[in-house]
Amino acid sequence: MACLKFTKSHEWVRVEEGLVTIGISEYAQRQLGDVVFVELPSKGAKVSKGSQIGTIESTKTASEVYTPLSGEVVEVNEDLVNNPQWVNESPLEKGWMIKLKAEDSSELDELMEESQYKAFVEEESH
Amino acid sequence: MERKLIFDKDRGCRNSSYITPSLDIKPEEIFGGDMLREDLSLPDISESEVVRHYMQLARLNFSVDTNFYPLGSCTMKYNPKINEYLSGLEGFSRIHPLQREDDLQGALELMYEFQNLLCALTGMKAFAFQPSSGAQGELTGILMVRSFHEINGSKKSKVIVPDSAHGTNPATATMCGYETVVIESRDGLVDIHQLEKSFDEDVAALMLTNPNTLGLFEKDILKISRIVHERGGLLYYDGANFNPLMGIAKPALMGFDIIHLNLHKTFSTPHGCGGPGAGIVGAVEPLEEFLPLPRIKKRNKTFYLDYGSEKSLGSPRTFFGNFDVLVKAYAYILRLGREGLKRAAQNSVLNANYIKKKLEKYYQPAYSKQCMHEVVFSCSEQKKRGASALDIAKRLIDYRIHPPTMYFPLIVKEALMVEPTETENKEMLDYFIRAMIKIDEDTEKNPQKLKSSPHKAAVGRVDETRAARMPVLAHTGCGKHKKSQKT
Repeated sequence: MACLKFTKSHEWVRVEEGLVTIGISEYAQRQLGDVVFVELPSKGAKVSKGSQIGTIESTKTASEVYTPLSGEVVEVNEDLVNNPQWVNESPLEKGWMIKLKAEDSSELDELMEESQYKAFVEEESH
Repeated sequence: MERKLIFDKDRGCRNSSYITPSLDIKPEEIFGGDMLREDLSLPDISESEVVRHYMQLARLNFSVDTNFYPLGSCTMKYNPKINEYLSGLEGFSRIHPLQREDDLQGALELMYEFQNLLCALTGMKAFAFQPSSGAQGELTGILMVRSFHEINGSKKSKVIVPDSAHGTNPATATMCGYETVVIESRDGLVDIHQLEKSFDEDVAALMLTNPNTLGLFEKDILKISRIVHERGGLLYYDGANFNPLMGIAKPALMGFDIIHLNLHKTFSTPHGCGGPGAGIVGAVEPLEEFLPLPRIKKRNKTFYLDYGSEKSLGSPRTFFGNFDVLVKAYAYILRLGREGLKRAAQNSVLNANYIKKKLEKYYQPAYSKQCMHEVVFSCSEQKKRGASALDIAKRLIDYRIHPPTMYFPLIVKEALMVEPTETENKEMLDYFIRAMIKIDEDTEKNPQKLKSSPHKAAVGRVDETRAARMPVLAHTGCGKHKKSQKT
């Protein structure tokens, strides 16, 4: 099974068949509340680590999504634009945002494992 | 009570005792046949029904004239009626900006004198009145920043804003072609260390609200100003929160170079749907040349319009912005005077701190230190009990109180931002405090009651999610169009 990694800004990352899929975490979607709008980058866009790749807007707030890895956007979840509720309903599956061809897989090492992320969230919510 | 659209009140026949004479002219002879339409989609109902329809709707209005409106960062203070009377005087209301200058001396004098008073209050050298909202003021101000740097030959690409900034600040920076750099706050204030680290030679300006959106005064403002200026940047003042400083502290003395003031907040002119706004922009000496044109000047005893500055941006809108708003704000300043303005500012701070003190046992203030004119609570504890900041805000409507600002600033979880303003008396503040305490009790005893509120309003809890996901932005399918509607 592909392993999930997490960022401090609450994105998740999954490596499968050489591609990196990025979305936002369960905790993040709960904090945002009902998502009403998702803006994604275009296919083929070159992104660098830490740069903004999209915006998620909920009834409460608008929030940026960042990529923890540099690379090229090879696939975008176009269906998400018309179904923003998927971010809430299925953040780890149907709510994925982009697939990235990563330039430097060592950047993955800086991310948190699921258990570390859980502890991080626990701490942040106190 | 069911409320129909006016189109749905059309029963196809008028139930009126008024009989109007039939048309005895031939419109096609006057206008030409191709200028006339066969049908006009207006409801066919009587005058009395139209009047009742709109009177009933008008009675649903919620405003600062009817109820308490503690909407944080919006300064919904009472709008004195003398402002309306004075701005409605014929000499102000029945003039046109294209009249000859010597015909408009009174209006020009008013703006000239108003500018002088604003300069005295803020320490700025001059003001331009054209920008018609806070956001337009910001845009004007940051475009001035850009022109300033361009003329001085320095290419800069970034604007810094704190993470507590109004959303308009980063939006303005982006609109002006800058990259926004957000710096994290430390204990609710600008983190000096972070500012020093982020403020390199590419930074054009720091945009700052003081007191900030957490209601806290940036006590290190002089240090901040020094860092900004030493590194070739400018300091921009977002005037949304000028109310508690009115007559007490001047932004220019804090080191601000360009500022905007919201007359519809601080200076008591109507706000929101009650009237047009004015986000006027002021600047200190070397930057005043960049202000929009025309500027109003005085030669001997005559006032005239000066289009002289080549460095000016031009103008973000026609003529002098919303002139009647300027008249109202000028009237407000003259009526209160220097001492009155100061007292208003002090009372706005006193009122916010009174609420903070009385509610801190129940709702966690975001920061424990003394606040200025607004106080931010976090409803995280209430949320754990089952009712969020949104539910609390909605429940306040049942107490005939306008909900405070929610979920802002973004750095406070479950934020409620309360700005009572100076124009509320102790009875009203106590009523609000009692309502908030009762609601806090209900988060424990009956969270469901909060989650389904409001119960007593004309409209219950609206489905904001569905409205945002599937917006219907024009109403179709009513009246005569109904028949042809597909769905």
